[in-house]
Amino acid sequence: MAMLEVNNLTVYYGVICALKGISFEVNEGEIVSLIGANGAGKTTTMQSVVGLIPKKAGSVVFDGHDITKTPCHKIVHMGMTQVPEGRRIFQELTVYENLMMGAYSMKDNSKFKSDLESIYARFPRLAERRSQIAGTLSGGEQQMLAMSRALMSHPKLLMLDEPSMGLSPLLVDQVFEIIKDINKDGTTVLLVEQNAGKSLAISDRAYVLENGNIVLSGTGKELAESEQVQKAYLGG
Amino acid sequence: MEVILSTLINGLSLGGIYAMIALGYTMVYGIAKMLNFAHGDVIMIGGYLIYVFMATNNPLLAILLAVVGCVILGVTIEKIAYKPLRGASPLAVLITAIGVSYLLQSIAQIIFGSATKMVTVYEFGAIKLLGATVQISALVTLGVTVVVMLVLTLFVKYTRLGRAMIAVSEDKAAAQLMGINVNGIITVTFAIGSALAALAGLFYLLKAPSVSTTMGSMPGIKAFTAAVIGGIGSIPGAMLGGILLGVVESISYKITAIAPYTDAIEFSILIIILLVRPTGFLGKKRREKV
Repeated sequence: MAMLEVNNLTVYYGVICALKGISFEVNEGEIVSLIGANGAGKTTTMQSVVGLIPKKAGSVVFDGHDITKTPCHKIVHMGMTQVPEGRRIFQELTVYENLMMGAYSMKDNSKFKSDLESIYARFPRLAERRSQIAGTLSGGEQQMLAMSRALMSHPKLLMLDEPSMGLSPLLVDQVFEIIKDINKDGTTVLLVEQNAGKSLAISDRAYVLENGNIVLSGTGKELAESEQVQKAYLGG
Repeated sequence: MEVILSTLINGLSLGGIYAMIALGYTMVYGIAKMLNFAHGDVIMIGGYLIYVFMATNNPLLAILLAVVGCVILGVTIEKIAYKPLRGASPLAVLITAIGVSYLLQSIAQIIFGSATKMVTVYEFGAIKLLGATVQISALVTLGVTVVVMLVLTLFVKYTRLGRAMIAVSEDKAAAQLMGINVNGIITVTFAIGSALAALAGLFYLLKAPSVSTTMGSMPGIKAFTAAVIGGIGSIPGAMLGGILLGVVESISYKITAIAPYTDAIEFSILIIILLVRPTGFLGKKRREKV
C-alpha cells in the first residue's frame, strides 16, 4: 500500500493555476523525488500536501487516512513532516531549542534525551554548537539542523524541499549521503530538488514536473537515462 | 529628595501599568502580526467588570471575575473579528480592530451610560518611606507588575507553550511543521494579553477610583507607544518602554513649567526613537520572508 497517495492535486494562487491536477504516490521505504525547473510547482506540491497552502481540488491520502483537509499541525502529529525550502530554522533560538521544537509533537517525552544523543552523534557539529543561536550557524550547519529538527518528530514520511540549495558541492554530497542514511533507518523520503542528477541517483522512483503537470515518471535510473530528462535537467 | 523618591515610585508604578498593557500589544503583534487597537478598551471593560462585581463586596473575587471576563472577551473578539481575516491585508485587520474598539465603548455606554462611575476597590492609604509620602497602592502595583513580568518571562522561556509562542512569532509555517497549532497559540496570546489588560484596569482603579467608557483610550495609546519605543514584538522591550514612559510622565508632571505638555513630550520621544532607531530599543530587524 502506498504511504502517500496524491490524486489530481490542483492548487491556485489567486487566478493562477500552479498545479494542474497532479497524481503521484510514495510507497513505504522509498525515496521518491520530484524534479523540475524553477516555477514548475515543486514547492507548491510539497506545501499543499503537508497542509500549509489550501488545495483547490484533488485528494491526499497518508498512511490510510484522508488528509486532504487536515491542518498542517495535525498532519505532523500523524507522522509526516517537512524540511522546508530555505531551511526555516528558528534563528533566534539555540540549536538545542530548535531540536526541542522539533520534538514538540512527541507525546512521549522519555525518548527526547536518547533522540537528542543520536542526533548529536550523527552531527557532531551540532553537538559542539548546541547552545549557539541558530541564526549564527553556517548554511551547511543550518541544513543539518533543519533535517535533525524534522527527525526529532520521528516522521514516517520526511519531505525535503531543496535540501542542497545554496550549499557547497562538498556539503551537497554530504546532504545526499544523509538522506540515504535516513532512508536506510526506515524513514520514507519525498525529495524535491533542482539538482536532478544527484537526486535521481539516490531515488527509487521519480516524477518530472513541468508547468504544474507531471510529464514523466519512472525509476531513478530510467529517468536519469531518459533523453528528455538529460536534455532538460542534466545538461546532456 | 522626598519629592524625587515619591515621583520615582509613582513613575515606576505607572510605568508598570503601561508595561502590562504594552505586553498585550507586543505579544499579539509578535504572534498574530496585527495591531489590536481594541486592546485599550479591554482595560475599560475590565474596569467596568470590577465595578459590577464589587457588588459581591469581595475585592479579590471581583478582580478574579474581571480577569476571567476579560479573557473570555479577548478570546471571543479574536475568534469573531480577527480570525476570519487571517491572511487578509493588514489594513483590513487594523480597521477592524479600530471598529472593535468603538464597538466596545458603545456597548459599555449603552449598558452603563456615559456618566463616570465611582468604584473603590480597596483603600490602601499611604505610608512614609524615607521621609516621602508614598501611596501603598503604587507599591502594590509595582510589586504585582514585577511578579507578573517575571512569571511571563519564565513562562515564555521555559515552558513548552511559551517556546511554541516564540516559534510562532518567528516563523508561522515552520512552527506548523513542528506540529504547533498556530490558531491555538494565537488564542492563548489573546487570553494572556486580556488578563494583563484586566489587571491594568484594576491598577487604574487603585490610582483613581472611577470608570468611564473612554478610560482605556489614552492608556492604550500610551502603552502602544511604549511597545513601539521598546521594540514592537519584544517582551523585554515592552517592559522597558512602559517603565521608561511611566517615569518620564511622572517626572514631567512634577515640573510645573512642562507639566501641561506631558503627553506631547511622551509622543515626541516616540517620534525621536522612530527617527533614530526605527526598530525601537530591543526590536530586531526582521528579514521579510517570502
